[in-house]
Amino acid sequence: MDLLDGSLVTLADAVRDGTISALEVADATLARISAAGADATGTYLDVDAERTRAQARAVDDKRARGEALGALAGVPIGLKDALCTRDARTTCGSKILEGFRPPYDATAVARLRAADAVFTGKLNMDEFAMGSSNENSAYGPVKNPWDPTRVPGGSSGGSAVAVASGLAHATLGSDTGGSIRQPAALCGVVGLKPTYGRVSRYGLVAFASSLDQIGPFARDVRGAARVLEVIAGHDGHDATSVPRPVEDFVGACGRDPKGLRVGVPEEYLRAAGDSGLEPDVQASIEQALRALEGLGCTLVPIHMPHTRHAVATYYVVATAEASSNLARFDGVRYGVRVDPGRDLEAMYGATRDRGFGAEVKRRILLGTYVLSAGYYDAYYTKALKVRTLIRRDFEAAFAQCDVIAGPTSPQVAWPLGEKVDDPLKMYLADVFTLPASLAGVPGISVPAAPSKTGLPIGLQLVADAWQEARLLTLAHAFEQVSPAKGLRPSAIAR
Amino acid sequence: MSVKSETLTTAETPARAPSSARIARIDREQVLKVAKLARLTLREDEVPVVTAQLAKVLEHIAQLSEVDTAGIEPTAQVGVERLPLRPDVPHPPSERLTRDEVLAQAPVTAGGGFVVPSFVEE
Repeated sequence: MDLLDGSLVTLADAVRDGTISALEVADATLARISAAGADATGTYLDVDAERTRAQARAVDDKRARGEALGALAGVPIGLKDALCTRDARTTCGSKILEGFRPPYDATAVARLRAADAVFTGKLNMDEFAMGSSNENSAYGPVKNPWDPTRVPGGSSGGSAVAVASGLAHATLGSDTGGSIRQPAALCGVVGLKPTYGRVSRYGLVAFASSLDQIGPFARDVRGAARVLEVIAGHDGHDATSVPRPVEDFVGACGRDPKGLRVGVPEEYLRAAGDSGLEPDVQASIEQALRALEGLGCTLVPIHMPHTRHAVATYYVVATAEASSNLARFDGVRYGVRVDPGRDLEAMYGATRDRGFGAEVKRRILLGTYVLSAGYYDAYYTKALKVRTLIRRDFEAAFAQCDVIAGPTSPQVAWPLGEKVDDPLKMYLADVFTLPASLAGVPGISVPAAPSKTGLPIGLQLVADAWQEARLLTLAHAFEQVSPAKGLRPSAIAR
Repeated sequence: MSVKSETLTTAETPARAPSSARIARIDREQVLKVAKLARLTLREDEVPVVTAQLAKVLEHIAQLSEVDTAGIEPTAQVGVERLPLRPDVPHPPSERLTRDEVLAQAPVTAGGGFVVPSFVEE
C-alpha cells in the first residue's frame, strides 16, 4: 500500500477525505507487525489488534457521521512504553512495572487520540529510558533493521525501529539525554526533541524531570512537524509545561532556509578527546554542511568549550534526579511486590532488587551517592554549575548563529553486546546529544547519508529555545537534498 | 513504639568542604551504604562488579573538579522561572480518579487502602 510508505501528512489527508479508511490503514499496519513477528524484532512490547481496529473503526464512524477528522486521522502511531495509556499496559521496559495498567492517559497520548490517530501498540525501550542501545530492556533487545546484529540505539529503540521498518507511521519517544535523536540517527529516521517545556510530561514515567521531554519520530520532517503540532502546548497537569503558542510547524517545512547562519562547533567535529568520532561519520557530516551551504546558509565556526564536560555533568544530574524519581517504585501502590515476609524494609529491598535491572540499579546508586552527605556539593552542586556553563555555551553560540549543526552520534550503530559490560563507554557515545538536553533547547536528527557499510548517519540540528519552526525549516530543506533521501532498510522484507 | 527505618533523605547534612580532596575512590563499604540509603538489596556477586563500574564512572566525573565555577550559579531547572501554583480546588469529577481505579493497580489492598508489611514495633 503506497500510502503506508508515503508521507504522514498525505496519509492523514487521505483518511480525512475518504480515499482510504482508517481501518484499512490499521489492518495493513497490523499485517506488517504480524509478518515481522513481534518477538523476532523485539520492537513491540504490547500489540492488541482488536484494540487498534476498534480505534480505527471509531475514526471511520466519526467521518461517516459527517464530523471533521483531526490532524492525524487514521495515522498508525506507536508509543514508547514510558507513556501511560489507559487501555494498554505500561511497563517502561521494567520488570517492576510488569502488568501495570495506568488509570489515565499521558497528555501527549490524549492529544494524539483527540487528533484521531490510531495506536499500534507499546514500544520496547531501555528500562526506565536508561540506556543508549535498548539492551537494558527487561524484555529483550531491539534489533536494528539495517543490520539485525547491531543495536538500534536508545533509549527509544523500539520507537525508532517501528518507523524505520514501517511498523508504525510515526511514534512517540522521550529524550532525556538523546534518547530520541540518537536512535533516530542509528535507524535512519527523523527524531525531534522539543524545547524543554514545549510538550507536557504528564503521564510520562519520570526519569530525570529537569531533562525529560516527549517528542516524535517520523519518516520525514513534515510528519514529525505534524505530530509536534498535536502534542505541543501548555498543560495544567505539568507545572514545567510552558504556556507558549503552538506555531505552524508544518508550514515551517518548505520555507526557504536561505540566509540562515549555521554554527559549526569545532568541538563537535574534531576527533579529539572522548568524542570517538568515526571518520566515516565525520566525512558525512562535512558533506552535509556543504549541502547546507548549497541551500544558501552561511557556515559560522563556533566554539562550545564545555562540550567535553557534558557526559560528566549529565551523569551526575540525571542519576541524581533518577534516584529520587525511582524511589516511588516500592511495591506498595503499583507494580510488582516481592515480600520475603519479614518487614517493610525487607519488602522494599527485595522488590527493588528483583524489579530493577543492572543499569537502573547502577544509576540509582550513582545518583544516591552524588546526593549523599559529604558528596552533594562536590558532585551535584558542581555539576549544576557546569550545567550553567554549558547553557552559556549555547547562549554565546546563538548570538552568532541561528542553528547549530553536527553529528547526532559519534558512531554508526554498533554490534549488539559491544558496550554492555562497560557503562562508561556507553555513556561517552552520548556526547553530542547531551549538551542540548542540559540546556533545554530543541534538537532534531535527520538522515544525512549511508555509511560505507550502508548504516545510517544522522545530522543533528539544534536551535535556541522555542525555535522549533526554524529548526524544521532547515531540517526539511536538508532532507530534500540529503544523500539518504528515500533509503530504506534492506533487512526489512516486503 | 519506635520506627525501625532511619531517615530516607540522603542529603540531610550539607557538605561544607566541597573540595576535590573529598572525592575519594568509591569502595565496597560506600556502595553498601548507598545501596541501603536507596533501599536496594544487592546480591553478593553484584557488589564487586558494581563497585568497579561506579569507580570508573566517578573517575570520569572527577574531571568536573577541574572546571572553574567560581561565581557561577547552579542550573537545576530550565524553561520555567518559578513553578506556578494552581488554585487549591479539586479537579472536576471527570478529571479525577476514583479510589477503586487507583487501588486497582496495587499489589495488596484491604479496606479501601494499601497494605504494607508491618514497620512499627508493638
